[in-house]
Amino acid sequence: MGVSEGPRKVLLQGNEAIVQGALAAGCRFFAGYPITPASEISEILSVQLPLVGGTFIQMEDEIASMGAIIGASLAGVKSMTATSGPGFSLIQENLGYACITEAPCVIVNVMRGGPSTGLPTNVAQGDVLMARWGTHGDHPIIVLSVSSVSECFSVTIKAFNLSEKFRVPVIILSDEVVAHTRESVVLPNQSEIQVFDRITPSVPPEWYKPYADNNRGVPDMAAMGDGYRHHVTGLVHDERGFPTQQPKEVEQFLNRLHSKITKGFSEIVMTKSFDMEDADVCVIAYGSVARSAMRAIKDARAQGIKAGMVQLVTLFPFPRKVVDSALRQCKAVIIPEMNMGQISREIHRVNQAGTRIIKHNRIDGHLITPNEILKHLINL
Amino acid sequence: MKSRSRYEIRFSGSGGQGIITAAVVMADAIGAFDGKNVCQTQSYGPEARGGKSKAELVISDGPIDYPKALQVDLLLAMTQAACDAYFFDLKTDGLLIVDSGLVEQVPTSRAVSLPFTQIARQQIGRELVANMVALGAVGYLSGQVSLESLHAALLARVPKGTEEMNRKALQAGIDAASKIDLSTLPRSIISDWETEL
Repeated sequence: MGVSEGPRKVLLQGNEAIVQGALAAGCRFFAGYPITPASEISEILSVQLPLVGGTFIQMEDEIASMGAIIGASLAGVKSMTATSGPGFSLIQENLGYACITEAPCVIVNVMRGGPSTGLPTNVAQGDVLMARWGTHGDHPIIVLSVSSVSECFSVTIKAFNLSEKFRVPVIILSDEVVAHTRESVVLPNQSEIQVFDRITPSVPPEWYKPYADNNRGVPDMAAMGDGYRHHVTGLVHDERGFPTQQPKEVEQFLNRLHSKITKGFSEIVMTKSFDMEDADVCVIAYGSVARSAMRAIKDARAQGIKAGMVQLVTLFPFPRKVVDSALRQCKAVIIPEMNMGQISREIHRVNQAGTRIIKHNRIDGHLITPNEILKHLINL
Repeated sequence: MKSRSRYEIRFSGSGGQGIITAAVVMADAIGAFDGKNVCQTQSYGPEARGGKSKAELVISDGPIDYPKALQVDLLLAMTQAACDAYFFDLKTDGLLIVDSGLVEQVPTSRAVSLPFTQIARQQIGRELVANMVALGAVGYLSGQVSLESLHAALLARVPKGTEEMNRKALQAGIDAASKIDLSTLPRSIISDWETEL
């Protein structure tokens, strides 16, 4: 069966672990179009979702996939899609619709080399800023990244929980290396997994205002068909859900969309620090590159270099506090990325202390090795 | 078992030889059945369809950082091309295992040559299971996995109806490898005369 019955050690691919995480988090709807290197997610869910009473649809393309998961979400079902670069471009169109209608959903992008069809079977991290800014309009969004099979499981659960809690689409950025690596992982008992479900209205249907503000900044969400009739639109809407151009209502609405994420910052932002206590140099990394960085700082320590590492699990909202304190603590920071420096731009942005920042960029379709990072640590 | 914190195995051959299947079975045996930490990666895309095929295992008692091989402890080569391509980063005290029928030029005398494909053909009746014969030898000679777990993982991973054939192949590989005395091999993959240069 799809959902784990008890704690057990299993050998899983990253893509398989995303499936297990999604099922454990309560995902019961998936619409997608297979694409390398994300196809296993569709393939496995097509078998597993029906076993738990869920629905799997192979759509005609990724625009429709995104539309379908928004629809499922509005109907009260936790939903997900999974794709890679070319499909992620198409996702952008309806992604904004999920933002403005505040439809909780999870989008997995297993990154491969680009642009365009690029390098279908090779690893890259080129979609980081696209995940944040790809859909038009000033919109809030959550972007998480995974570096191991175990994180594929736990971060996927977290992605669903955050999307339900803040009514926002959550993007999981995986990459070809993480997706296809098999690792032994311990899957916890289902009863040990914290699952958050969206808050539904407690008022009678006739009193329900679907986009009314509250102290959380996140309106209660009724499922279509529950008797709470409401209007859903991609136009900016008032608290009843109908289009408005009244400046006051527009401003209130858009401010709430952003402020609900700002308010949740400390809950949304996840980072991991290793050997940072006495570090005077550090590597800031995410995704599969974090594994190389981890090895590099161990090798550097063995040579007497006080190296530490900060792994960014949440990429957006950007973990500026942790990065800021690493920048203040260290004399130099190394940022290895399999792109031309997308997160390093963010790090430059928060670098108030003027700390030396060294980019290391690799875009040939291969994972950055520990030695490449180690060389920078030695040559500082 | 060797008390190394990190032990790396590379399975290599050509597409269609079942290189990746063999590696996945071993990873499953070590990770799910023996309960150790293991990380398995493989060649993917066009290179996996014909041409050279490889799969790597990183085994550790602790958490595994870099998921791919850094310096290989054990290299299995099922073709000459794979042996030539993947020998370069074998540790000097690492072990090379080759299919003696398919790898004629062995780059070191610290090597075990066994006729995996021939054993599969003669003892099992199917060349197809040469990968499982080789897996038996790798499992036995690496000392990284319990043979019971290897059998259990194999039965869990191979297609229904082929269990007995694959089990026999695995056992044939274990039997062939158990006749090898590793202590008779030179300690390094580099010959003495080479180190003196």
